[in-house]
Amino acid sequence: MSSSATGWINWLVSPGIFTYSFMQNAWLSGTIIAIVCGVAGFFTMLRGSAFAAHALPKIGFAGAAGAVWLSVNPLWGLSVFAVGGALGIGWLGKGARRDVIIGLILAFGLGTGALFLSFNNEYAAGAIALLFGQIVGVSTGEVIDTAVLAALCLALLVVLYRPLLFASVAPDNAEARGVSLRSIDIWFLVVIGIATAVTVPIVGALLSFSLLVGPAAAASYLTHRPSHAMMLSVAIALLSLWIGVALAYDTGWPVGFFVATLVVIAYAVARITAQWRVSRLSRVAPAE
Amino acid sequence: MNRILSFVFAPGFFSNEQVVNALWLGGVIAVVAGAVGVFTVLRGQSFAGHAMSDMGAAGAAGSLLAGGTAVTGFLSFSVIAGALVDLLGVRPRDRDVATGLVLTAVLGLGSLFLFFDTRVVGAPEMILFGSIFDSEPSLTPILSGLALLMLVLMLILYRPLVFSSLSAETAGARGVPVRLIGFIYMLLLAVSVGETALIVGSLLSTALLIGPASTALRLTSRIGRAIPLAALIGLLCTWLGILLAYDSYYWPPAGRGWPVSFFITGLVLALYLASRMWPQGAPTRALAD
Amino acid sequence: MTSQTFSTSPVLTVSHVGMKFLNRSVLEDIELTIGAGEFIGLIGPNGAGKSTLLRILLGLQKPTRGTVEILGSPVRRGNRYIGYVPQKIHLDPATPLSGRDLAGLGLDGHRYGIAFFNRKRHAQIDEALEMVDARHLADAPVGRLSGGEQQRLLIAQALLTHPQILLLDEPLSNLDIKSAREVVRLVARIQREHGVTVILVAHDMNPLIDVMDRIIYLAQGRAAIGPVDVVVQSDVLSTLYGYPVEVIRTRNRILVVGGQDSGIEDFSVTGGEHCHGTEVLST
Repeated sequence: MSSSATGWINWLVSPGIFTYSFMQNAWLSGTIIAIVCGVAGFFTMLRGSAFAAHALPKIGFAGAAGAVWLSVNPLWGLSVFAVGGALGIGWLGKGARRDVIIGLILAFGLGTGALFLSFNNEYAAGAIALLFGQIVGVSTGEVIDTAVLAALCLALLVVLYRPLLFASVAPDNAEARGVSLRSIDIWFLVVIGIATAVTVPIVGALLSFSLLVGPAAAASYLTHRPSHAMMLSVAIALLSLWIGVALAYDTGWPVGFFVATLVVIAYAVARITAQWRVSRLSRVAPAE
Repeated sequence: MNRILSFVFAPGFFSNEQVVNALWLGGVIAVVAGAVGVFTVLRGQSFAGHAMSDMGAAGAAGSLLAGGTAVTGFLSFSVIAGALVDLLGVRPRDRDVATGLVLTAVLGLGSLFLFFDTRVVGAPEMILFGSIFDSEPSLTPILSGLALLMLVLMLILYRPLVFSSLSAETAGARGVPVRLIGFIYMLLLAVSVGETALIVGSLLSTALLIGPASTALRLTSRIGRAIPLAALIGLLCTWLGILLAYDSYYWPPAGRGWPVSFFITGLVLALYLASRMWPQGAPTRALAD
Repeated sequence: MTSQTFSTSPVLTVSHVGMKFLNRSVLEDIELTIGAGEFIGLIGPNGAGKSTLLRILLGLQKPTRGTVEILGSPVRRGNRYIGYVPQKIHLDPATPLSGRDLAGLGLDGHRYGIAFFNRKRHAQIDEALEMVDARHLADAPVGRLSGGEQQRLLIAQALLTHPQILLLDEPLSNLDIKSAREVVRLVARIQREHGVTVILVAHDMNPLIDVMDRIIYLAQGRAAIGPVDVVVQSDVLSTLYGYPVEVIRTRNRILVVGGQDSGIEDFSVTGGEHCHGTEVLST
């Protein structure tokens, strides 16, 4: 490589961004979680489950705080609490308002998180880092854990795909055709729980839901085919995450901030584009 | 007898100024949150209510960073957020995504502020988990006055608010300005959430907003009864939570007390779950059919 | 309760079905026999138990007492010989689905796994779209279609399993008069051309008078079945309602007028709120 090219690259991205092993881990798990969140986000948007997607990472955070106190791997605490929260929401959600149940379980989860944080003897930096996410903290072992959980998540989505789509779009018909709305719902929440658990370490508990909400909502304005929407959603999630990780590396600011901002920009651009297309069509139509 | 009392109320409970202040402020916000919460539950706006507390936290973090006070940040951001959510999401399905995205944008900024605040040790924890025992005594009259103002406003709006919450279409047809009422209610919610979040922490204001209200609505099908009942349940949970937190200074493992928020959210959830054992009354069913 | 003999064996038999919720009787001793290829209008005011009866026929709810037989076997959920069209679905304008995707859910939406593109599946869906004159909606975004267009896609969805019975839950209630008439005509054509038994739920019988073979009139949880001229009579309906009602026939329209304030059923007026939440309250 010529020296001028190296200079260019260094100007564009800080040195070490691709060579440090912790950064390679960050790229790898970032890519994995963007794919999972892009696909799971499609159904989150379709089902109007933004609140659940927002609540489960925070509930997971409580679990991570507990894991830090007990000195076990935070990813375990995250997974157990996020999936447990999902099951709780699904189980209690019957015969009650869904948003109320989510709010209550979220509040109790956070209360438990506060308790665990107070048990930690010193200032729980490890747990607080999970609120904001960090790119430097991903070990190679965690990349493997992330990959395994993500594969599980995608496999569940592949199996559930058709009944989940059916139950999300036309629940009454799906039920009449023998789809159990309740078990589909619980399985879907479990998927969100797992997706959450893998996303939190990098993006942070406060903002990991943005990857589940934003890219799919943006994609839904640009296409009306489910497969295209899912691919677009994954693409937007990937771009937001990659750029977010690069900027976080450069600035040392939290990844969540960059990812959230990029996702919101993508949504705004998609919505404006769609509106512009509609208004252009309606201008053309009378002339025909 | 005295021994039992001193076992329940650890020594110094009522003579401690911080505790008395916490009991008063906690009581005030529990009553307001309970009353506003009934409408939040009825209108299906729990997510918006929760989102406001998060956005209030973003505001508080920003305000602290800029050298201001948490109060101004909490109140201004939650009110702005309430207005935004109301304007962007008119249809229910839209509202979910709109709330999610407004929350993403504001919380993105907030997480940046909070992150910089971490240099002030404990600032994020204070904002997120609250500090009912350390709240500024000079704020007490202001916060109490604001709470009273909101209760009066709710009393004035009571009937159109009930009507438009139960059936917006009919209310609209009868000449109730449903959109305007919805907007004013959203601002009420924002102020109440902002105030609650300031005192018990942004992450926990949701418990006081939704828990007592949904418990009360399980126990009675009349809104006129649900509101005082919710306020009462909120009050009970808050005071009991404060008492337990005070007592817990002698508990393991750390010997420096368990957080109030844990007790309050636990009590709120426990009461709600208990209320689900209550048989749902027949009149509610008849209406639902 | 009129009985009728059929040349073929009945497709649907409901005997002594009763349903209670919390001591409140919603359906009382319903007796129905419906033959192949009939067009039945299931008519009644709000709260008469229409939705409950429909859910029982779909196997989604077990009646407190009595039995239901469909095509000679006990009712069960997910029966592919029953096509079901719900009242309406709530679709956001930005829902990323095309007309073909929505209709196609009827074919294999309940199966696990992903549907890969295959020519046969594609052709089957297009055929169903053809049946409801919605071939041109195949690639349109469903969220931006009108209520009538969405309704047709849902009928196509229900037809994909080649059902022998088609259940439509209030398909006309959200449509303007013109689209309502089109939907009725479409359903009647499907009934004639494919020999499908149709049960169409509505609270106004007037748009169906020309097409329906018999009417099931449901009021206060009780039902009467038979030709319109026999069932819709002041004395029959008064027995159902349990208080005097008057049937008025004017210029091809039938109005049922209640004798009590609480029971006025003027079928030229549609309305009434359906509350879906469980925590619905009175003031």
